[in-house]
Amino acid sequence: MTDLTKLTISAARDALRKGETTAAELTEACLTAIEGAGALNAFVHHTPEIARAQAAAADTRIKAGDAPDMCGIPLGIKDLFCTKGVPSQAASRILEGFKPEYESTVTTRLFEAGSVMLGKLNMDEFAMGSSNETSTYGDAVNPWKIDAPLTPGGSSGGSAAAVAADLCLAATGTDTGGSIRQPAAFTGITGLKPTYGRVSRWGIVAFASSLDQAGPMTKDVRDAAIMLGAMAGHDPLDSTSADIPVPDFEAMLTGDIRGKKIGIPREYRMDGMPDEIESLWTQGQEMLRDAGAEMVDISLPHTKYALPAYYVIAPAEASSNLARYDGVRFGHRAKLAAGDGITEMYEKTRAEGFGAEVQRRVMVGTYVLSAGFYDAYYNRARKVRALIKRDFDEVFAKGVDAILTPATPSAAFALGQKFDDPVQMYLNDVFTVTVNLAGLPGIAVPTGVDKQGLPLGLQLIGRPWEEGDLLNTAYSLERAAQFVAKPGKWW
Amino acid sequence: MSIDEGTAARVAKLARIRVEEADLPALAQEFSTILGFIEQLNEVDVDGVEPMTSVTPMRLKRRDDVVTDGNQQAAVLANAPDAREGFFAVPKVVE
Repeated sequence: MTDLTKLTISAARDALRKGETTAAELTEACLTAIEGAGALNAFVHHTPEIARAQAAAADTRIKAGDAPDMCGIPLGIKDLFCTKGVPSQAASRILEGFKPEYESTVTTRLFEAGSVMLGKLNMDEFAMGSSNETSTYGDAVNPWKIDAPLTPGGSSGGSAAAVAADLCLAATGTDTGGSIRQPAAFTGITGLKPTYGRVSRWGIVAFASSLDQAGPMTKDVRDAAIMLGAMAGHDPLDSTSADIPVPDFEAMLTGDIRGKKIGIPREYRMDGMPDEIESLWTQGQEMLRDAGAEMVDISLPHTKYALPAYYVIAPAEASSNLARYDGVRFGHRAKLAAGDGITEMYEKTRAEGFGAEVQRRVMVGTYVLSAGFYDAYYNRARKVRALIKRDFDEVFAKGVDAILTPATPSAAFALGQKFDDPVQMYLNDVFTVTVNLAGLPGIAVPTGVDKQGLPLGLQLIGRPWEEGDLLNTAYSLERAAQFVAKPGKWW
Repeated sequence: MSIDEGTAARVAKLARIRVEEADLPALAQEFSTILGFIEQLNEVDVDGVEPMTSVTPMRLKRRDDVVTDGNQQAAVLANAPDAREGFFAVPKVVE
């Protein structure tokens, strides 16, 4: 077989079971592709020995007829996931040299299902960013290119670049405000953020614990369904992980969405939204209508307050979560001057170890939680969050099955593009952040290209725990959109 | 809301992040921009709204209060920048 790295998970699974290829061949093909793709800076820690051993074990299982869907599938793992004995740095200098003594629940599940880890993937530092430019490893680069190098988005920028460039069959991502869906849209791949609690957070470096959720980043919707099935499920080690059954998501992909009600929220029509995004959104509505769904105008009145609420809650939780990086138990410790005490050790270690954006967010979080401001900022933001969730609850109570929105306010932008202030960068998440605040599942599906030929995505938002239904609607959209464009290889 | 340099220095201290004197004006400016953005929340009528504690209505699982893990001193210390005689080592805390 040629172009093994271009296979989807489902095609590779079928080929493996038929004996048309082996996990070892798939893995070697990916390792070769990765070696030739240094310019993308997607893989930042390479684990070929682990990959080859896992592939050999997978081939044994496949021969024995004991092969789950993910068996023998070569994956990239976001650097945020702790992987035993392998650097897991959250793209931060402060975790330089850290090799976990344990394995995250998600990677444990994927490995038990026979998946192969090719290496760790670039990302924004502690998942704080929308362009992969806050990484200690340097920028990951979008395989899609016009003239100047483009961002693959963030924070799961390495995951998106690796999947789009066919360096691996799929990758893990995490999403706190849009970190799976925005990079997926920027690179023309599929990215699913599951319902909060669907996938265990244990062993994933924490950013904002009430918002963080891991999910699959894949070449199509079917693969997202397959990979989610392998990642999801109750975990006693994560107290917020839901003890509810995981359905066969792939079996729910019928493509039949007749009679489904799709909500079109009027508040997502932003001032100054590019025409191309607007027309893509209209086309998406037409595609779903042609497939037999009914479009319903809806209102989510608190949408405009989602980003400001997020930029209180996420930094507040981050300031608390990142308090553990103190130079004592793991990672970087600053060199101390004579007479320096423990406070100087903390302060110097954290100044050296955290990049500018992480420092900014930790300090903003510290401020909004400090005495005298807790009610005015943090508690008010949590009340607004309750109202944002209520908006969605009311729409779903009226019988809406899914909500269609743009995934991002633009196509991928140039790396190094200067923004006037940090808030400009935050606006990237304007369409995705509501979903995290409300704990809902959301998926970005590549739907078209802009006039420069860059991919654009639409987002579908589903009811809590109904990823199967959401994936089926996404599958229908994918079939109608027939997005097949691939980046030309320049790297 | 405008954040002055004194407030920026106090927040940096609370967060245990060393910020050089020369960097305080820029930091205060960034805080002011971000907090100005957040100020929009004051437009929302939140009377009678309970602050969200859990995004999914669920009762946290209970488990028996028993020891399930332990005896892993070497693993716990394996990543420490400075470990001696089975302990994490830090600069002198008590005179």
